Amino acid sequence: MATETIYPKHVVDSQQLHVLAVDDSLVDRKVIERLLKISSFKVTTVDSGKRALQYLGLDGEKSSAGFDGLKVNLIITDYWMPGMTGYELLKKIKESSTFREVPVVIMSSESVLTRINRCLEEGAEEFIVKPVQLSDVKRLKNNIKREEVSVVVTEEHVPIVTHKRKFHETMDSSTTERKIEDATDDSTSDISILSASTSPTSSASSSTSTSSSPLNSPSRRIKTCDDSD
Amino acid sequence: MDLTQMQRRLVDYTSSLFREGYLDDQFTQLQQLQDESNPDFVFEVVTLFFEDSQRLINELGEALDQQNVDFKKVDAHVHQLKGSSSSIGAQRVKNVCVIFRNYCEERNTERCMRCLQQLKHENSLVKTKLETLFRLQQQILTAGGSIPMWSE
Repeated sequence: MATETIYPKHVVDSQQLHVLAVDDSLVDRKVIERLLKISSFKVTTVDSGKRALQYLGLDGEKSSAGFDGLKVNLIITDYWMPGMTGYELLKKIKESSTFREVPVVIMSSESVLTRINRCLEEGAEEFIVKPVQLSDVKRLKNNIKREEVSVVVTEEHVPIVTHKRKFHETMDSSTTERKIEDATDDSTSDISILSASTSPTSSASSSTSTSSSPLNSPSRRIKTCDDSD
Repeated sequence: MDLTQMQRRLVDYTSSLFREGYLDDQFTQLQQLQDESNPDFVFEVVTLFFEDSQRLINELGEALDQQNVDFKKVDAHVHQLKGSSSSIGAQRVKNVCVIFRNYCEERNTERCMRCLQQLKHENSLVKTKLETLFRLQQQILTAGGSIPMWSE
């Protein structure tokens, strides 16, 4: 018997990845925590942007050098939260010299292109439309490993994923932008937008997404097109 | 009733919930997150949801009862409920929330109140349905069987 067990790199990596999840909804916190844990992340959940900053030591009460918690590899945050929105949290994180390199992912139940773009411009890695699914988390994990960065996921509602180029060279962001409209709760517009823009990309979808609901399937396809690599 | 019959009944009942639109794909997603290490995950999340929905429904009732309705507040509550119902796959509840938000935007108190009644109704319906679902699951487990996984 070998004295040393060699683990595949991804196993070791995922066991070391720590996610800070931010959402004011208790239901969503429970779900995202489970999604992340089942994907082998370590998870810390907080219920507000303020608490997230406190956890990271960015609330002005501690020196930037003092961070007692586990190293955070990824922050995932909801967009719509009372008090501080996920966008505002994102900005604060990007302003911090300690944490600006930590990937921030925003989650939103609403697909609003201007919102997506604003968050991306501010440095968010990705937008995920809620409800978040296992395929989204798996894709995130793969992207992190590829990039060798930590991802911070905020539970902000992020409409249809807008991938940054470094994550996804094949996605034509101009296609996405042309197709995505400023939809509110009109799921039909989401469907037509998403299905149109998925055609140039891989249609391979994650096995966990059976997509019986038309609302979900197109967005899943967009989001999971990374997985096809 | 033997185990196979119970399992059959569970599958049929669950399928009907999806067919009738009470549940959507997100509920299936939750089922997939449940395993031996977290055998009550779905039940726990669903329980949290109903605590949340009851609270929000109560707050909505109060907010709409005011002389000058604060529609922003009402909308915020509905938005929350829409989010959490979406997270557990309670499709009908979520759909009422979508309509509700439109009436908030229109500042239409009467329509909002009607939506609230509908919300109460749908919330109560899906709660009863899920209670039945969990009971059927429990019967199977008690009889020593396992819960059949289905993809709807």
